[in-house]
Amino acid sequence: MSNVTTEDVQAAGGSTVMVPRPPAAAAHRIGSFVDSRLTGLVLKRTATAIVLLMVVSVLSFVLISLTPGDEARAIVGLGGTHEQYLHVRAELGLDKSPPEQYWQWLTRAVHGNFGETLTTSEPVTSSIQTRLGVTISLTVGSMILSFVLGVLFGVISAVRGGVTGRLLDALGVLGFAVPSFWLAAVLITIFAVKLGWLPSTGYVSPSVSLGQWLQSLVLPVLALSIGGIAAIAKQARDGMLEALASEHIRAARASGVSPTSIIFRHALRGAALRVIAVTGWIAISLLGGAVFVESVFAIPGLGSLAVTAATQHDIPLIQGVVVCFTVIVVIVNLSTDVLYIWLDPRVRVA
Amino acid sequence: MSIAEADPNGIIQCTPPKSARFLHRLLRRKLAVAGIAYLLALIVTAIVAPIALSHIAGQSAGSLDAVRAQPSLHHHLLGTDELGRDVLDRLFVGTRITLVGVGTAVLVVLAIGVPLGLAAGYFGGWIDRIVTWVSDLLFGMPGIVVVLLVLAVFPYSMLAAMTAFGVLVSPAMIRVVRVSVLPIERELYIAAARAAGLSRPYIIVRHVLPRVSGAIIVQTSVMAGLSLIAQSGLCFLGLLVRSPAPSWGGMVADGLQLIIQDPWLIWPPGILIAVTVLVLGLLGDVSRDALTEAWAAPVRSRRRPVTAAIGDISDEADAGALLSVRGLNVVFQSRGAHTRVVDGVSFDIAPGETLGLVGESGCGKSATAMSIVGLLPGTGQVEAGSIFFGGRDLATLSDRELHQVRGRDIAVISQEPMVSFNPTLRIGRQLAEIVRRHHHVSRAAARSRVLDLLAQVQLPDPAAVAASYPHELSGGMAQRVAIARALAGEPSLVIADEPTTALDVTVQAEILELLRELQANRGMAILLITHDWGVVAEMCQRAVVLYAGQVIEQGPILPVFQEPRHPYTKGLLTANPHGVPSSEALPAIPGTVPAPGQWPIGCRFKDRCVLATGECGDGTIPLEPVGTRREARCLHSAMLEGECA
Repeated sequence: MSNVTTEDVQAAGGSTVMVPRPPAAAAHRIGSFVDSRLTGLVLKRTATAIVLLMVVSVLSFVLISLTPGDEARAIVGLGGTHEQYLHVRAELGLDKSPPEQYWQWLTRAVHGNFGETLTTSEPVTSSIQTRLGVTISLTVGSMILSFVLGVLFGVISAVRGGVTGRLLDALGVLGFAVPSFWLAAVLITIFAVKLGWLPSTGYVSPSVSLGQWLQSLVLPVLALSIGGIAAIAKQARDGMLEALASEHIRAARASGVSPTSIIFRHALRGAALRVIAVTGWIAISLLGGAVFVESVFAIPGLGSLAVTAATQHDIPLIQGVVVCFTVIVVIVNLSTDVLYIWLDPRVRVA
Repeated sequence: MSIAEADPNGIIQCTPPKSARFLHRLLRRKLAVAGIAYLLALIVTAIVAPIALSHIAGQSAGSLDAVRAQPSLHHHLLGTDELGRDVLDRLFVGTRITLVGVGTAVLVVLAIGVPLGLAAGYFGGWIDRIVTWVSDLLFGMPGIVVVLLVLAVFPYSMLAAMTAFGVLVSPAMIRVVRVSVLPIERELYIAAARAAGLSRPYIIVRHVLPRVSGAIIVQTSVMAGLSLIAQSGLCFLGLLVRSPAPSWGGMVADGLQLIIQDPWLIWPPGILIAVTVLVLGLLGDVSRDALTEAWAAPVRSRRRPVTAAIGDISDEADAGALLSVRGLNVVFQSRGAHTRVVDGVSFDIAPGETLGLVGESGCGKSATAMSIVGLLPGTGQVEAGSIFFGGRDLATLSDRELHQVRGRDIAVISQEPMVSFNPTLRIGRQLAEIVRRHHHVSRAAARSRVLDLLAQVQLPDPAAVAASYPHELSGGMAQRVAIARALAGEPSLVIADEPTTALDVTVQAEILELLRELQANRGMAILLITHDWGVVAEMCQRAVVLYAGQVIEQGPILPVFQEPRHPYTKGLLTANPHGVPSSEALPAIPGTVPAPGQWPIGCRFKDRCVLATGECGDGTIPLEPVGTRREARCLHSAMLEGECA
C-alpha cells in the first residue's frame, strides 16, 4: 500500500467526517463544547485502538493455529530429543489450548511483554525499541516532505491551472504509478552510483554523526515520499478547487475580499481540512512503504525487521511490529482529529 | 432559483450509467481502446508465455556467452541478466504470476466490497453502522505488515498474501459503493418498486446495481493498480516467488544487486510495472469520463472580450442610471457546446431605486445578477452585451479591476446566508476582514465598526454574534449578518438574490423591513431577485420579468400589477398565492419553463399561452413599448390592455 489513490482517499475523508447542523449555541459555551468532544474522541479512539489490537492479535493466533508446522519443532530442530521438544513446547506454552495460549499472550502483551523472537531469542520489545527511532525518522521526514511539496503542488495546480497545472497533475499521476522500491533503485543509480553525491545504502545514527544521518536519509525519504506527495497534492488541489467554487468563497469575493486572502486564508483552510482528513491514511501507507524502502537501502528499521521476520517465520516478532504500527496509526489518527476540531468548529467524528 | 440549475456540471451527478451505453461510450474513446488492448495483450501473454517459454521458469542460468558478449542485442532485445537469462523472456513469463496476484486481490475486493457496500447503502440503520465500523477498523490496520504476518505463516503463498491484501483494502470499495448507493436509495422509482411488492434482493440486483456499476468499474481499476504495486513489491522482497522463477518485482531486486555493474537491469521491469499501473489508472479515469460525459474544463476568462465592440448594442446607456445592462448574453459551456441561459437582457437601475428581477426557476435571474459582479459559477461566461456602472463597462473589466468594484460599489446578499460564510472562521473575524479591506483602519477600529454594523442590522447582541461561528446562527440571524457584510463597503448598489427564500415567513417580513429601512437611510439601490410577487409589491418601484432568458415585460410596479401586458406576467400574478382569496383554487400556468438550449423559435411562452396563435412561432418577438416606460414582448399585448390581473 505504498501508493495512494483518489477514490479511497476521498472515501476515507468523506466518511470519517460528518458535518451536522447543530442548533444555535451561545458563543461562550464553545470552549467547554470542544473540551467535551475532545474527551469523547480520545475515549473513542482508544476504544477503537483496543478493538483493533485485539482483532490483530486474535487474527495472528488463528493464523498460527492454521500452520501445519510447530514452532517448538522448528526451534529444537531435527536433531533434538523428544524431551527437549516437550520442554520447548511447554516453555512456549504450546501444550495449552489456543484460547489459553491467547490469554497468556494477551496478559504478557498488556504488560509490554511480547515474548521473545524465535530466531535471536531477544525480547520482541527490545528489538522493536532499538529500531523504532529509525523508522520514525524516516516516516516523519517523508510526512513533512509529502505535506510541504504536496500542498505546494496542489495549490499551484488549482490556482494557476494551465500548463503548470497540467504538468503538476501529470507528475502526480506518475507519483501514483511508480512503486517506491523501484524509485529507490533509480535514485541509487543516479545519485549514488553515477553522481556519487550520497551513500547508496546504510544508515548512520544521529548520535554518531548528524550530517551523515541526514545524508543517509535523503534518498530513502525521497523514495518513500513520492506516493504521499502525489496523494496530498491531489487532495490539496481538489480541496482548493472545491473551496474556490464554494458559496462562501463567492460571497467573500463579492464582498471584495482580496485574492490573496481568498486563496490563503479562506480556500486553503478548507483544503487543509481535506488534507488532514487523509493524514491517518498517509501515515499507514508511509509505514507500509517503509517496509520496501528500508529493505532497498538496508536501513535497520521496523520495516526491514518485519521483512526479515517474515522470511524467517518469526511470528512473535512480526506480531510485535504489527502491534507497534497499529499504535502509531492510532496516535496519528487521534492527533488528526484534534487538529480537525481546531480547524473546523463544526466537526463531529463519526 | 439558482444558477446551478443551468450549470452543466450539475448533470454529472444525475447521469444514469446504463452498462451497455457505458461500454459503447467507453469504446468510442481512443485512449480507452488502447488501454483495453494493452490489458488484453498482457492477459494473452500471461496465458501463452509460460507454455511457449516453458524452460524459462526453471532456468537458473542462461547462455554464458551472452553474459560475456554483452550487450548482445541480436538475440536478446532487452539484453540478459547476470546469469545470461533473457530479460524479455523473463518479463513475459513473469506476467502470469503478476496477473494472477492482481486478479486474486481484485476478486476479493469485489466479493467483499460490493455486497457490503450495497447492503450498507441500501439498508442503512444498524447494518450500515456495523459495515462502516468494520471498514474503519480494517482501514486502521498497517496493511503491508499484516500481509507480511500472513506470509510468515504461509510462506510463498501468493493466494494467502493477495487475499489478505484484498481484504485489507476492501474498505475503499465498500465506501465507494455505499456512497453511490445512498442517493439512489432515496429515489422515487426505488420507492415505487418497493411499493409494487418487489423483493429487496431483486430491487438491489435489477435497479441499484446497474446504477453503481460505473463507480465499481472505476474503483476496480484503482484497486488493480494498488494490488499490482503491492504484488510486485512482495515479489521484490522475495516473499512470493521462489527463485529462479521470474516475476516483475523480483527482476527489479535482481537488478538492484547488480546496480553498479549493470544499471540497465532495473529499468525494463520497473517501466513495465509503472506503465501497467498507469494504464489501469487511465482506464479508470476514462471510464469516469465516459460515465460523466458532461464534464467540461472551466474556461479561463469569464468576461466578454474587449474586442467584441460595443457598436452591436443598439441603445446607449441611460445617462441618469446607476447601472445599465444592455443586450446581456450569458452562456455555459458543456460538452464543447455553449448553452445560452441569458439572452439579450437590458434594464436600468436608477440611484436609490429598488428593481425587482422576477421569474420562475431557470429563467436566468441569478445568472444575470451574478454576471454583473463577474462571479458566474462553473463555466458561465458573458458572451455579449455591456454592463455600464459608474462610467465603465463591467463586462470588459478584468477580474482584478472588478475586485475594486465588488463590495465597495456593488455588494451581494446571497440566497443562502448560512453557506455564504466560511464555516471555519468566527463571524467577527470574517466581517472585520471585509471592513479592513474597504476602509483602511486598525484592527480595533475594524472590530468596533463590525459591532456597529451588526447593531445596524438590529441584531440584539452584536458581541455574541461576532464571537459565533456561522453554524451557531439561525437562518434569520445569518441573513442579517450577510446584510451587515454587504453594508461594510457602503455600496451604492446591493444585489439581493432571493434574500428571503430560505427563511421562515415571519423572518422574511423582518428581513424585508430591515432592507427597506436601510435603503431609506442610506439611499442605495437594490436589485432584488425573486419569484415572489408579494416581495416585489412590498419592496420594488419597478419590475423586470424574465422568461427563458429574455425580458418579457418591464415597467413601474403599479401598472404592471394592475394591468400586466404579457400573458406570462398575468399568469404569474394570478398564480401568486398572496393575492388569492382562500376559497378559490390556486390557478397555475400549465407546463414548465423550457430549459436553456431548448428554447422554441418565436415566442418562448407560446406553448403555455392561452393567447398563442400561428404567428407567435415566426421569428423573434420584439420587446415593444406598451405605455410610459413600459415594455412587453408579446404580439397580443394589446388584447390585455385594460384587463386586470
